Amino acid sequence: MAFCTGCSLLCDDIEVDFEGGKIGRTMNLCRKGRGHYDSLCVDRLAPTVDGSEVGIDDAVSKAAEVLAGAENLLLFGWGNSTLAAQKVGVEMAKKLGCVIDDPSSYSQGLITETILKGELPTCTFDDVRNFADVSIYWGDDPSSSHPRHLSRFSYFPRGEKRQRGYEEDREAIVIDVRKSPTAEIAADGFFKIPPGGDGDFMGALMATLGGKIPKVEDKKKMLNLGTKLRKSKFGVIFTGLGLAHSVKGELDEFVSLVGKLNELTRFSVIPSLGDYNTRGFNQTLFDETGHVDRVSFKDGVNHGPEFGIAKYLDACDAVMVVGSDPAAVLPASLARKLAKIPMVAVNSHRTFTTDAAKVTVPIAVAGLEAGGSALRTDGVKVEFDAVVKSDYLPDVEVIERIMEAV
Amino acid sequence: MVSVMEIYQLLPKTNCKKCGLPTCMAFAVGLLGREKTIEDCTPLVEEPKYEKKLEGLRELLAPILSADATETGMIIHTEKCYGCGNCVVACPVNVANDPKGTAIGRGPVSGKAILIVEDGVVKCVNVDQCRRFGPEKVLCSACIVTCPSKAIEFI
Ligand code: SF4
Ligand code: SF4
Ligand code: SF4
Ligand code: SF4
Repeated sequence: MAFCTGCSLLCDDIEVDFEGGKIGRTMNLCRKGRGHYDSLCVDRLAPTVDGSEVGIDDAVSKAAEVLAGAENLLLFGWGNSTLAAQKVGVEMAKKLGCVIDDPSSYSQGLITETILKGELPTCTFDDVRNFADVSIYWGDDPSSSHPRHLSRFSYFPRGEKRQRGYEEDREAIVIDVRKSPTAEIAADGFFKIPPGGDGDFMGALMATLGGKIPKVEDKKKMLNLGTKLRKSKFGVIFTGLGLAHSVKGELDEFVSLVGKLNELTRFSVIPSLGDYNTRGFNQTLFDETGHVDRVSFKDGVNHGPEFGIAKYLDACDAVMVVGSDPAAVLPASLARKLAKIPMVAVNSHRTFTTDAAKVTVPIAVAGLEAGGSALRTDGVKVEFDAVVKSDYLPDVEVIERIMEAV
Repeated sequence: MVSVMEIYQLLPKTNCKKCGLPTCMAFAVGLLGREKTIEDCTPLVEEPKYEKKLEGLRELLAPILSADATETGMIIHTEKCYGCGNCVVACPVNVANDPKGTAIGRGPVSGKAILIVEDGVVKCVNVDQCRRFGPEKVLCSACIVTCPSKAIEFI
């Protein structure tokens, strides 16, 4: 059995044949995972300095030089790194007194932080499979982003207290601005909201649960939802980017809604995080600082929006990006800014970001070429071994070597 | 979904009975049910004036006649499939035959599953076990309604 690091579900039941270094037949890997496995042989990163290929040792020492010379350094990425590499990364930020951040700062960081602080109840996917009878996907489309989410955990499988299958035993509710593939499956359980309408929906649902008539168009549908949620024995809300972007850093209303649901029954929250080990980085930094992202170690521990990549690009004079491709996802103006800053990029593959970097350092693909451990998006620790031989160094070794050289 | 009318429009419409059926319409139904093959209509295959129609018919029926269509009439549009496994886990035959694998959301462990995910997309094996197969077939649609991308259909 092999693992898949194609998304934060970290599927552990993968069978794979290797045919002369190439991926042969695979079983149980979803299409996205298959793409991830196939990428083993394409677009791999080479060690480079200023665009010319060099030896790995030269790349590491040049990388250290870029970092050492900086006044305001940003260490960014980390969601596609093993727990061991993340730990070294946080240590490095402490040691160099610089800023560390990850893509959570522009996605679901706040939701994860609220969970880690214990202000939102959570549970594991195994609890979901065994006990949950209501799954709410809020601004979340796991069918596209985490393809096996519904089949492994949240809707279709049988479990201890869920023996009769989804038609009788489970409800799927989707709250989204468009009829996503997940919404197709939920059919009547789909609630379409206007962009930014999440807060209003929360208000209406809150009123319904409080026994009031909600101020929405389809009152009957909302009242029905209220009844369903009241009757549920164990519900789970899966959050996605849609919700995170809509609430714009204001989670109080959501926290009260989940609180209200827990007065009536039991409800948990699990975020659907992007990279395979986003949750691991959030936890690692949280254990060290009490925050999941946007931390500066310059004078003690400081935290705030000014240390998120979106703002800090204005202040910083060097950046190291590890296992992430911000140049591809940030707005164009920020991506251009990023490209102008002296950059070290550590990655298994060529990306927009590595193409813009001054120094690139290649690493092995975790879960295939290198072992390690990671936290699944529900916080459960998963350990994996390498399944194929490779000359690439594991990410933790590369980060350690760069740190030593600085 | 291919309809009988679409097939009929591409037949000679002469009701010559050479195919062993009384009308071209009956032959169209036979083709769709895969009891007949295009070659059974000899005029269509042999007479040059039907060349365009023949070509159109082959094109229309290609997905049905391809290896993808199993004996139950299941067509898997692999290009649309996410390999999410929803159909695999929801299929009642898989649940009954593979209680420790697909039934609980994992890959199959018994060798008796009829839907599996291979190379990133779904594949139908042991077709004769499908509830739509055989003389006592029932109208099961578990693999259709659970699919986020409408990758499975039956003809
Ligand atoms: S759901 Fe995610 S972890 Fe599982 S096989 Fe697909 S990409 Fe890999
Ligand atoms: S052989 Fe062809 S043309 Fe003649 S009846 Fe059958 S389908 Fe029609
Ligand atoms: S029709 Fe029913 S029994 Fe046949 S493959 Fe689909 S879900 Fe399984
Ligand atoms: S449910 Fe649809 S997309 Fe998912 S594996 Fe089955 S056919 Fe493919």
